[in-house]
Amino acid sequence: MQKMPKWADVALIPLINILIAFTLSGLIIWAIGGDPFRALKTMVTGSFGSTNGWGYTLYYTTNFIFTGLAVATAYQARLFNIGGEGQAMLGGLGVALVALSIDWPHWAIALPAAAIGGAAFGAFWAVIPAYLQAKRGSHIVITTIMFNFIASALVGYLLLNFLKVPGNMSTESAGFPAGTNLPTFSDMLAPFGITFAKNAPANISFLVALACAFGYWLLIWHTKLGYQIRAFGQSETGAIYAGINPVRIVVITMVISGALAGMMALNNVMGEAERLIDNAVEGAGFIGIAVALMGRNHPVGIVLAALLFGFLFQGGSELSLWEGIPRELVVVIQGLVILLTGALDNMVRGPVERLFLMLHKGEA
Amino acid sequence: MDFLTLIQILDSTVRLATPLLLACLAGLYSERAGVVDIGLEGKMLVAAFLAGAVSYVTGSVWLGMLAAIAGSTALSMIHGLASITFRGDQLISGVALNFLAAGLTVVVGQAWFGLGGRTPSLSNGGRFEPITLPFADAVADVPVLGPIYEELISGHTLLVYVAFALVPLTWWVLYRTRFGLRLRAVGENPSAVDTAGISVVRLRFTALVIAGVLCGLAGAYLATLAAGFVKDMTAGRGYIALAALIFAKWRPWYALSATLLFGLLEAIGNRYQSIEIGAFEIPVQFMQALPYILTVVILAGFVGKAIPPRAGGSPYVKER
Amino acid sequence: MELTHKSGRQETAAHDLPPAIELRGISKAFGPVQANKDINFSVAKGTIHGIIGENGAGKSTLMSILYGFYKADAGEVLINGQTTLIPDSQAAISAGIGMVFQHFKLVENFTVLENVILGAEDGAMLRPSLAKARKELTRLAKEYELNVNPDTLVEELSVGHKQRVEILKALYRHADILILDEPTGVLTPAEADHLFRIFDGLKKQGKTIILITHKLREIMDITDTVSVMRRGEMTATVKTSETSPEHLAELMVGRKVLLEVSKTPARPGASVLEVENLRVVDEDKVERLKGVSLQLRAGEILGIAGVAGNGQSELLEVLAGMQTATGSVRLNGQELDLTGAKSDARTRRKKGIAHVPEDRHDEGLILEFSAWENIAFGYEDDPAYNKGMLMDNAALRAETHAKMERFDVRPPHPRLEAKNFSGGNQQKIVLAREIERNPDLLLIGQPTRGVDIGAIEFIHQRIVELRDQGKAILLVSVELDEIMSLSDRIAVMFDGQIMGERRPEETDEKELGLLMAGINRKAN
Repeated sequence: MQKMPKWADVALIPLINILIAFTLSGLIIWAIGGDPFRALKTMVTGSFGSTNGWGYTLYYTTNFIFTGLAVATAYQARLFNIGGEGQAMLGGLGVALVALSIDWPHWAIALPAAAIGGAAFGAFWAVIPAYLQAKRGSHIVITTIMFNFIASALVGYLLLNFLKVPGNMSTESAGFPAGTNLPTFSDMLAPFGITFAKNAPANISFLVALACAFGYWLLIWHTKLGYQIRAFGQSETGAIYAGINPVRIVVITMVISGALAGMMALNNVMGEAERLIDNAVEGAGFIGIAVALMGRNHPVGIVLAALLFGFLFQGGSELSLWEGIPRELVVVIQGLVILLTGALDNMVRGPVERLFLMLHKGEA
Repeated sequence: MDFLTLIQILDSTVRLATPLLLACLAGLYSERAGVVDIGLEGKMLVAAFLAGAVSYVTGSVWLGMLAAIAGSTALSMIHGLASITFRGDQLISGVALNFLAAGLTVVVGQAWFGLGGRTPSLSNGGRFEPITLPFADAVADVPVLGPIYEELISGHTLLVYVAFALVPLTWWVLYRTRFGLRLRAVGENPSAVDTAGISVVRLRFTALVIAGVLCGLAGAYLATLAAGFVKDMTAGRGYIALAALIFAKWRPWYALSATLLFGLLEAIGNRYQSIEIGAFEIPVQFMQALPYILTVVILAGFVGKAIPPRAGGSPYVKER
Repeated sequence: MELTHKSGRQETAAHDLPPAIELRGISKAFGPVQANKDINFSVAKGTIHGIIGENGAGKSTLMSILYGFYKADAGEVLINGQTTLIPDSQAAISAGIGMVFQHFKLVENFTVLENVILGAEDGAMLRPSLAKARKELTRLAKEYELNVNPDTLVEELSVGHKQRVEILKALYRHADILILDEPTGVLTPAEADHLFRIFDGLKKQGKTIILITHKLREIMDITDTVSVMRRGEMTATVKTSETSPEHLAELMVGRKVLLEVSKTPARPGASVLEVENLRVVDEDKVERLKGVSLQLRAGEILGIAGVAGNGQSELLEVLAGMQTATGSVRLNGQELDLTGAKSDARTRRKKGIAHVPEDRHDEGLILEFSAWENIAFGYEDDPAYNKGMLMDNAALRAETHAKMERFDVRPPHPRLEAKNFSGGNQQKIVLAREIERNPDLLLIGQPTRGVDIGAIEFIHQRIVELRDQGKAILLVSVELDEIMSLSDRIAVMFDGQIMGERRPEETDEKELGLLMAGINRKAN
């Protein structure tokens, strides 16, 4: 019955998709008068050629692991959470409020507290659309999009009117106390005698993200709750038959999803900026969609896809710096990846399946 | 607030509602045919860019508009390819197109003009000119009605009048023509259309072409309004149009009211930093967020129920 | 339902004309599955031709090819003696073929009139088409007893009326050949009779009717000729007057069918289930159950008979905890919550109710889940399947394997996804999960729908075994034969009510049929 081996579905198809996306992007670079191969080299050197490059790449990767996991968690229940952006924004608010609340003595105490703050605020922003979907049938895709805009207005308002330091020109909160500053890779690796670029923003929240990926795997495939989330995602009437409460599952799933998106703020707000800035999420919430799609909602896939997008983000900055190609090229690639892996999946899948069928017949 | 201020606010309401209305009607055609269109934003953006760029290069607003329509329709066709031909996820396809548009406009714009994603300012030939309706000047001094005619009704560009004329036209097409009947049917139950011997694929693609053209007009209008293209200039208008469509319960006349309401909110938000009502001060951010909040309220069914076309969002697969 | 119009006169007349439809060597495969194999048959003009066969025998595929939904891999179609290509439905319509699908193809929020003209409009404007159709509908209504208000929204029509709209659609398109796929599945016997009268009228006007069904009685009652399909092949075409139900059944399944289940008389014990005045109102404010009361003892099978859609599904759902209700349900003397947090399926399971649902694809199984995951479905919080915070997947797989062996599930691979098993094996997985829970009460709906003959016997045997172990069993089935042969008592439902209760040995299909139509000759 199997049309093609599992490895083809898990690895080959995403690979072909990336290849198509990269080829198209290369063509775009070529069309605007650039040299695609030089551009690729610049990107690779810029993101992996130095510890500084790695530091940025992994910093972005951390963001995308969080948001990718957020999208994937919701997707297990067949909920399309486009609201990662807004949830991460609110998460930033939560982290900022925790960080600014007291003069934290040590980051090791501040980190879990801030994680709870970020997760709680992110979850709060996801739970309203979840509740409306579960109880009132409001389509969660539309409500989460709306909540992104509402979040942006809300955080902008709070920053401007309450969090901004009076007299400061830029709309940002006060800097967080020193006791909340997270150890960077440089701090973490120094005891092992490894020197890492001091100014690179990658920090300990990368490990938090990896832990979350592991937690996601355990949750989804090794717990009752994960079982129920997946069962609900496959068949809502089935869930009712089994005695799984749909409202409960939708709400809990979105709470976890929103919490994961909110925890992204550990990285960008607490780890990097060390204060709350307007528009700090920079589209990471949306990249989570591409990451989850490409990673096939599996934690290993998500981490790898996040790394790919981390590379693209960092490489993209290098491109705009050295080659005069705007970093929006990454947005193009992001769009292509979402299009190919998410919407045009059958276009690639069809021919590959036929190929395997042919090979199979050839063997028989 | 005096009378003239009111007229001015309403005037800018009309200006701001126009792109929303065009995009909203675009969405209406698409979604009534059963294809959910989150990509309105991206289509408008591409259209605005092409309108700005081509109008500048050729000096012709008409060529700019044609390019805008072509670009927007091309995106629409990709959406059709993904969601109709390959039966992909319509939501994901729409999201992807928005990113594609956001990225491409800047990348190509930078390569083309080197202005960081902007297009150069459009001079007169490259923009739509305001149209002064007959006797506008003559009646300007008539109290109340004069300013309403001269300021509010007269003096808009062609696309404004086109957009408003499209409302009754859309109603007529939808409810009085064969095409409209089939369009509504395919959004409700495509298998009924298919078994009646009509091609679901062709109908849906037609709807998407119309959506592409209308988004093209919306984008061209934006480029004219701002005298050129600026990076990310749609600024969420595609999503507001989507919100308006839900608000309008997928009906043409309601779409006009919804977009006018959202246009008014934007106009007020643009004019006042904050509004004081008694002891309360309504911050401008609240005004900006209001269309989204209202849409959520509508979606939640607290104010009437918005029932979307039944077949919306799912690709059509023949069943026995 | 005594309809006899097997007049030989029309058949002889038809011999002079080319057949209305002739198929030559039609084959169609879906991947590795051969749905139709070299099918040859012809339908004489002005006759009612039945096609009978089990689920999955290939009837619907064949008709879909005829209607241009699928393209045949090989073979040709002749209409009135002319080779005709049918690449799409438009071509089928032009060739004079009209089709009434099992699931109606109507736009719910359109009026009857709009539905009728859809795709058959004259010109780009609607107004003239609507006016013309209105006149035409009046004429057709008179001619064929097809009365429907043209301005009613389809969503407000009853099932029987929706079917009339479908027939009107076909007639409005000047169909000469009408294909109906399982048309009586959702109809009451009275509605079915009306439909057969319509057939009669159509036949008199020289129209040809192809009736696809799996109900032998219908075939015997109204068709002139019948073709039998089995596993994608057309195994026989016979004159209805020259065959018998037994013979047809044998042709359908390929061997003598054991319609009887061997069982000893029931020895009912203590009362297990007491239902009183059960009422259900659905989302559209329609009352689906109108005060149902019944009682069930340990060690007996209560069969619920009825035409689909008369409240049986709701009854099962309420008892299983999938639907809220008012009234009273007692299990072993203990009152059950019918609303609120404790009215869910999980609570019911813990109280000793197991449920094999009517729809195993949407409810009983998660098709994308592997067999072992499905064995935990609804019981995933069982301590035996959990170790601390985590699920003990290895233990679950081992148990699944054992269950698969005991229930003869083939292939016995716990890691195989449910969708890759055949209908019978899927049903066995559900049964293995539910029966081995040692429930006090087993609810079982359509136990053998879409299940091959071999598995049917196995499943029936298991149900009787469970009864003999002293369990109470509530059986819902639309197959009267199944109800008759398994039940110790039979309750007939009609319009959300129990019309009457009979013992199988004291009743017959005719009496049950009347009860199913809401006619109770014997006061209860």
